[in-house]
Amino acid sequence: MSQSALCRHCQEPVTAASPAGPDFCCSGCAGAYELLGELGLSSYYKRRAIDPKIRALRPDEEPVGSLDFTELTSTDNEGTHHLNLMVDGIHCAACVWLIETLLQRNEAVIRARVNMTTRRLRLSWQGDKSDIGAIVAPVLQMGYRLIPFDPAALEQATVSRNKELLRCLAVAGFAAGNVMLLSVSVWAGYFQGMGGATRDLFHWLSALIALPAAAYAGMPFYRSAIGAIRNRRVNMDVPISLGVILALGMSLAQTIRSEPHAYFDSAITLLFFLLIGRYLDGRARGQARSAAEHLLSLNARSITVIDDDGTRRLIAPHKAEPGMVVLAAAGERIGIDGEVIDGQSDIDTSVITGESIPVLTRPGKTVFAGTTNISAPLRIRVTATGGNTLLSEIVRLMENAEQGRAKYVAIADRVAKSYAPVVHFLSLATFAGWWLIGGLPWQDALMNAIAVLIITCPCALALAVPVVQVIATGRLLRAGILVKSATALERLTKITGIIFDKTGTLTTGKPELVSQTDPDALELAAQIAANSNHPLSRALVRAAGNVTPYPNVTEQPGLGLTAQGPSGPVLLGSRTFCNIAENADLPSDITGPELWLAEPGKSPARFVFRDTPRNDADSVIETLRARGFDMTLLSGDRSSTVRQLAETLGLRDWHARMSPTDKAAFVQARADHGKHDLMVGDGINDAPALACAHASMSPATAAEISQNAADIVFQGDRLGAVIEAIDVARKADRLVRQNFALSFAYNLITIPLAVSGFVTPLIAAIAMSSSSLIVIANALRLHAKSSKPDDHGFKVHPQTSQQAGA
Amino acid sequence: MSNLLLLIPIALFLGLLGLGAFLWSLRSGQFDDMEGAANRILFDDDDEALAHKSKKLKKNDS
Repeated sequence: MSQSALCRHCQEPVTAASPAGPDFCCSGCAGAYELLGELGLSSYYKRRAIDPKIRALRPDEEPVGSLDFTELTSTDNEGTHHLNLMVDGIHCAACVWLIETLLQRNEAVIRARVNMTTRRLRLSWQGDKSDIGAIVAPVLQMGYRLIPFDPAALEQATVSRNKELLRCLAVAGFAAGNVMLLSVSVWAGYFQGMGGATRDLFHWLSALIALPAAAYAGMPFYRSAIGAIRNRRVNMDVPISLGVILALGMSLAQTIRSEPHAYFDSAITLLFFLLIGRYLDGRARGQARSAAEHLLSLNARSITVIDDDGTRRLIAPHKAEPGMVVLAAAGERIGIDGEVIDGQSDIDTSVITGESIPVLTRPGKTVFAGTTNISAPLRIRVTATGGNTLLSEIVRLMENAEQGRAKYVAIADRVAKSYAPVVHFLSLATFAGWWLIGGLPWQDALMNAIAVLIITCPCALALAVPVVQVIATGRLLRAGILVKSATALERLTKITGIIFDKTGTLTTGKPELVSQTDPDALELAAQIAANSNHPLSRALVRAAGNVTPYPNVTEQPGLGLTAQGPSGPVLLGSRTFCNIAENADLPSDITGPELWLAEPGKSPARFVFRDTPRNDADSVIETLRARGFDMTLLSGDRSSTVRQLAETLGLRDWHARMSPTDKAAFVQARADHGKHDLMVGDGINDAPALACAHASMSPATAAEISQNAADIVFQGDRLGAVIEAIDVARKADRLVRQNFALSFAYNLITIPLAVSGFVTPLIAAIAMSSSSLIVIANALRLHAKSSKPDDHGFKVHPQTSQQAGA
Repeated sequence: MSNLLLLIPIALFLGLLGLGAFLWSLRSGQFDDMEGAANRILFDDDDEALAHKSKKLKKNDS
């Protein structure tokens, strides 16, 4: 797309109306470019790689210097101030470098470090607390947005839990390695005649390493086991804890009495393998979730409040009170429900209504949180907050629906639930059998019972699911598909029906010109339209290709554009704006949103637009139908538009004019009839339905609430992500089942051995490690299969593609 | 066999050293930003003004 020059700073198209000439789209960008030149940091432009998914680096028009950053600033006793900021607009590593360099140029700044993974900045400076405004000014001037946050409030339990698991894993790994080293010597000693004293020394050394390590590294399991027992339940951690503690205790007793049966190595490797499973499990979930949450936390940004004295400050949307005046800049998402008091603009309400064409708003009209302000800044008086907004109404619907889904129990938990009692029963039976019936002394009977516990402790079982999940979610992540919920992939395999939303899901959400018009008229219209950000104008420019913007064009938000032509004003806009009588309709059977071009002395030209389906929507629907999925289209849009799309794509089942409640009710009704549906949607109006459905997906362009509600968020323009996700989910499901089968087969062989008392420490150690390795190797097959080229042509993760291109 | 009495403690000590180093690096946040660390190396500090300042800061620290 090279309709006109790109801005040198933000790489957005430059319109003719730009006050900053042909090189820049606005004076803010020109200023930023100049500042970087003065500071000698222009190399930034060579180093950076623009990520198209991230907001362009266009500085905010409104001065933001008066933002209150001091509220969350903390000061240590040496007089150094610290502030944590979330950075919006980081495209690549060069942005990190630029932000850090800009900040560190300031004499007062001691430390400025951007975490590229979490997009957070930690800033430390000396001097006056209120200097912060001046310190961050150059960064804001570049177009980055900084949002202060409280790290304690954001510090999720999962992060610290994962760190604890990693620490335990390190300790267990160290101990397992060393104990195994000693054990191998002991086993070799069996055959080469190691003296009893040396063996005892090695056992004592093993005990020295294993006991403290197991006490520390086993904590996650002991805690969970104690919690379960307190609630009078049995989970998998109970036999694990019992097995580890009994095995260690017994081994210690054996060592003290200088007898040969010490299970230190088995106990600690068991912990090690189990911790690997736990850690992978937590990490896969945490990673996808943190990516999604980060997206949300940035989008659900603060709103700009204008106080009576004219100062602006950023506050969280939930802190807004009725009566406050809020500024919504052009292109910004509106954070509250309110009444417009000043300004005239077009509002994109597609997230709420599903309609793709913006509606005009002017003073006196009501706007809703979640909609996007397109053309001009608006001042809005807050009318509803908190639980009264339309948004929170929808959130409530969604939360109600989600409670139902939380009841879904993951397959691993289902297996563990029935498996744990069996383990306990078996080892108890072994003990009783040998002691009462077999006539062994109780110590030897206990030895056999412990062997059963260790052997059945489902090392492989605990690894079976997490390893597959990590690989599956990793593979999807590389294809730009984020799996947010732990059980999402499992639920996805049960899907028989798919319900699509229209605008923004099946369609691109961007209107395209569909009518045939006179090329001269199109050229002129596109030239005029190049001065506007309205979706229809942009569509005209896209349709016309390379055009030079028409000079001297004025825009009246919501109505149209006026250009000064050689023979009088040329109008581009709605039918009424162009003064065209209702009966002057041109013969055309195409309906949809339209624009008219009125030139003096010529007959008016009409342009009709339609929200076109995504490029691959056709083939994806075709593929899904061939696989026997039952597909439905739900939309809040008008019947005619919905029918048109349904016919184009060959969807027989469609419903138009659905309110958010209708959609949710529709999905719920199907669920009540025992159907498992996948809901794919992007609007706020889809959020309750997304939460109701058995599984749900949302594009990354979706409203934050929908992304929150969805199990899976996919990036890029391709709907093919739906097929990819279902494919990977099914493959993963197969592998999980195979892994369970493998672990059970292993148990079938080893449990009789253990019950009959044939298991020695050597056999226990070998059996445990080998079964775990086999399960991991099997899970890796998911990886191997993915190495074939993408047959659906899925978009590669943008970062990889950029690095390859750079 | 007496060499074992020397070698085993040495091996354990070295292992503990590695474990300690790992736990320390975990605690000091070196695993918090894997993406940034991978890219940071590509940008050299060719910034005169900054180099001057960091020298000054180091002097203050010591």
